Amino acid sequence: MGKDIIIRVGGEGGEGVISAGDMLAKASARAGLEVLTFKTFPAEIKGGYAMYQFRVSAEEILSHGDTFNIVVVLNAEAYEINKGLLKPGNVLVYDGPDGGIDPKPVEGVVQYAIPMTKISKVDLASPISKNMVALGAVVQLFSFPMDSLVELVRNKFRKKGEEIVNINLKALEAGAEYVRSNIKKTDKFTVHPKKPEGDAILLSGNEAIGLGALVAGCEFFSCYPITPATEIAIWLAKHLPKTNGVVVQAEDEIASLGHVIGASYAGAKAMTGTSGPGLDLMTELLGFASMAELPLVIADVQRGGPSTGLPTKSEQSDLFLAARGGHGDFPRIVLATATIEDCFYLTVDAFNLAEKYQMPVIILSDGSLAFRTEKIKRPDLAKLNIINREVYSGNGEFKRYEVTDSGISAVSLPGHPGGQYIATGLEHSETAAPKYSPDYHAMMTEKRFRKIENIEDEYAASEYDGNGDEDIGIISWGLTQCSVREAVKRCRDKGLKVSALYPKLVFPVPVKAIRKFASSVKKVLMPEVNYQGQFAELVRAHAGINPIRYDIYGGLPFTPEQIEAKIKEVI
Amino acid sequence: MEVTQQLKPKDYRSDIPPVWCAGCGDYGVLASLTTAFSANHASTANTVLVSGIGCSSRLPYFVTTFGMHTCHGRAVPIATGIKLARPELKVIVVGGDGDNFSIGGGHLPHVARKNIDITLIVMDNSIYGLTKNQVSPTSRAGMVTSTTPHGSPDVPLNPIAYALVYGATFVAQSFSSNARLTADLIGQAMNHKGFAFINVISPCPTFNKVDTFEYYKPLLRNIDEIHADKGDKVKALSLAMTMGRESATVPIGLFYQEKRPSYVELLSGIKTRNKGTNNPDLEKIIDVFKL
Repeated sequence: MGKDIIIRVGGEGGEGVISAGDMLAKASARAGLEVLTFKTFPAEIKGGYAMYQFRVSAEEILSHGDTFNIVVVLNAEAYEINKGLLKPGNVLVYDGPDGGIDPKPVEGVVQYAIPMTKISKVDLASPISKNMVALGAVVQLFSFPMDSLVELVRNKFRKKGEEIVNINLKALEAGAEYVRSNIKKTDKFTVHPKKPEGDAILLSGNEAIGLGALVAGCEFFSCYPITPATEIAIWLAKHLPKTNGVVVQAEDEIASLGHVIGASYAGAKAMTGTSGPGLDLMTELLGFASMAELPLVIADVQRGGPSTGLPTKSEQSDLFLAARGGHGDFPRIVLATATIEDCFYLTVDAFNLAEKYQMPVIILSDGSLAFRTEKIKRPDLAKLNIINREVYSGNGEFKRYEVTDSGISAVSLPGHPGGQYIATGLEHSETAAPKYSPDYHAMMTEKRFRKIENIEDEYAASEYDGNGDEDIGIISWGLTQCSVREAVKRCRDKGLKVSALYPKLVFPVPVKAIRKFASSVKKVLMPEVNYQGQFAELVRAHAGINPIRYDIYGGLPFTPEQIEAKIKEVI
Repeated sequence: MEVTQQLKPKDYRSDIPPVWCAGCGDYGVLASLTTAFSANHASTANTVLVSGIGCSSRLPYFVTTFGMHTCHGRAVPIATGIKLARPELKVIVVGGDGDNFSIGGGHLPHVARKNIDITLIVMDNSIYGLTKNQVSPTSRAGMVTSTTPHGSPDVPLNPIAYALVYGATFVAQSFSSNARLTADLIGQAMNHKGFAFINVISPCPTFNKVDTFEYYKPLLRNIDEIHADKGDKVKALSLAMTMGRESATVPIGLFYQEKRPSYVELLSGIKTRNKGTNNPDLEKIIDVFKL
């Protein structure tokens, strides 16, 4: 055993669960292992239950997995929440004795008591080091690379001074030492570091969106802080100035999209990052950007809604808003990310599509992906194609909104004599003069929509995995794709005939691919994390097929087990 | 670069005729704007006029510069984006009192305190004209409009005091038929480094029957006669808060001007400190994520 281990650490928010987990993930990635993390934390500043799940494997990891193999509980609440999930073969590591946790024996579950509170409070006189004691114990118990971790602890706390570094290192060692002297290992979980290969990077979904933007040539980013999107701004605020880019914190989401629109008009590649409530506020300006034909990118890192909803949890419930939000008829493009690699590459694609079609492009990510960290292959920048909007050459009569076959017309940028025009939200003529007659509105509406008529042929809209003759086919979007991939693999291993379609472009709905896919299977299943089956609804309306829906809406992503069970049920 | 031959005011006019009512105060502002452009050799290619929604917000169509006619209340953030992306452009926002003090009122404090290097010209007629006679944030208390048939219960907002308190670094007021002063103030505002605010009282002859040209004319007084030190914010604020009926005068001219680094200057500092470059080494930035 040891190919694939899922460790969950639960404790109180603010207790250092997340930062300890992040260090463990990095140390494992450095040791050549694949890692994928999954975090949930409370919406409170301090307190509440925080959970960090960490999957490590010598082989490719497709999703965050079903449940844990090992659970480490730092307080009584974490124990109460997780005790019902303990199954034979699991390991429970807890703060005890005297940690306020009194576990009942569960058949087949190995229990290790590590006096984390006592060691940190009494032996080290540093109560805040409990997380490091726990980390040291975990490292020792399951053979994680200690050297690497020591180095990471040094790096993390260096800025806070030698004293803090030493306290943390002492706590780490005390946890490990307790295990060496007092615990007889009886479980079967051990990680086996392998030789690191290739050039890998480790980053979160939000960081990957930030990096994607920077690489795509983003010159301007404005946002209003909102969970779970804020880290995009935090990362870009630090790094975008290095490329002469500008990052602004606006007074609200409306202003942030306003900034982006102005910057785009001025010629900059511009972006904002937000979550559902922020996208709600932006919809009027979203329509303006589409009407004025301005390229821009909005990353919507979805959380549970409506209203304040579940600020720190995830849901796939902003699709209707992204695809349909706003008054009047106007086109926009919506992409959905499923992995950390997607967060990077689809952000680059979003900028390219925005520039090419001169319209807003929305990236739908979500809370789980935002905070998840994963090791990915370092992007090869030479292979990335960067597209810039078509700019008026300066010859001939300039018609900003010239009616063309493609719907795309050249834009002029301020500073260009002869290129003067008024970008307008009013219906207009080819030269941007206000025109409200039925003929103009019809002609210009068609021009704007013509841009994306053939987008499915021009952009690799979806990925197909199948042979063309299966009993069941699954269409999934966004984060759900991860668990579907793992479930499909398991089902095939068991001899079931299952195929899958993974759209990256969710609006306009990739109708051709979906119809072709649907005709290759007996039944279509569409799992989604929302109540209304939002993508299924769009697929039904646009592609004319009637999928079997499977909707969950508790604020957590699907596990592969849930998908697998559903496949077996409906096949 | 454009040839810097001085254009005449009429050269800045487009061939789209204004849609305003006869006698509208906005004509005066348009005329003053093109006079100011001519006097200051404004480049039609490097000037951007941004507006929101309302009668006065139609102005960009009547001018030959670059322009944006955007959404109700959002001209200021959009103009901010233009300026931050391309600091070399002259960015001027034009619009009404409803646009800038009511629906877009949340943006004014921030453009002022951040000292964004743009000029905001409010054409203040104390009424909603385009939607035909509704109460505005600067309508006087008790005013009868279609939505306040029993008289407005609201206390009017004081545009000059508002701009001063939020930290605008250039604050002025003018009257639309005083073309020379208005053009002069617009010119000064365009050359001011930082956020410049001009409230131009611009009567609406169609819907506002109380705040008329005739009402204002005897009240107007050149501020230079009573307020010489333009760096004295307390005096400026005191004047702003007592003007109007209480003092039987409405001062016009420059209330206040201050030198403070503009947002663009501060941002360029951030870029310099980060060794910002147009040819960045992206690989080095990706190294941040190296294991």
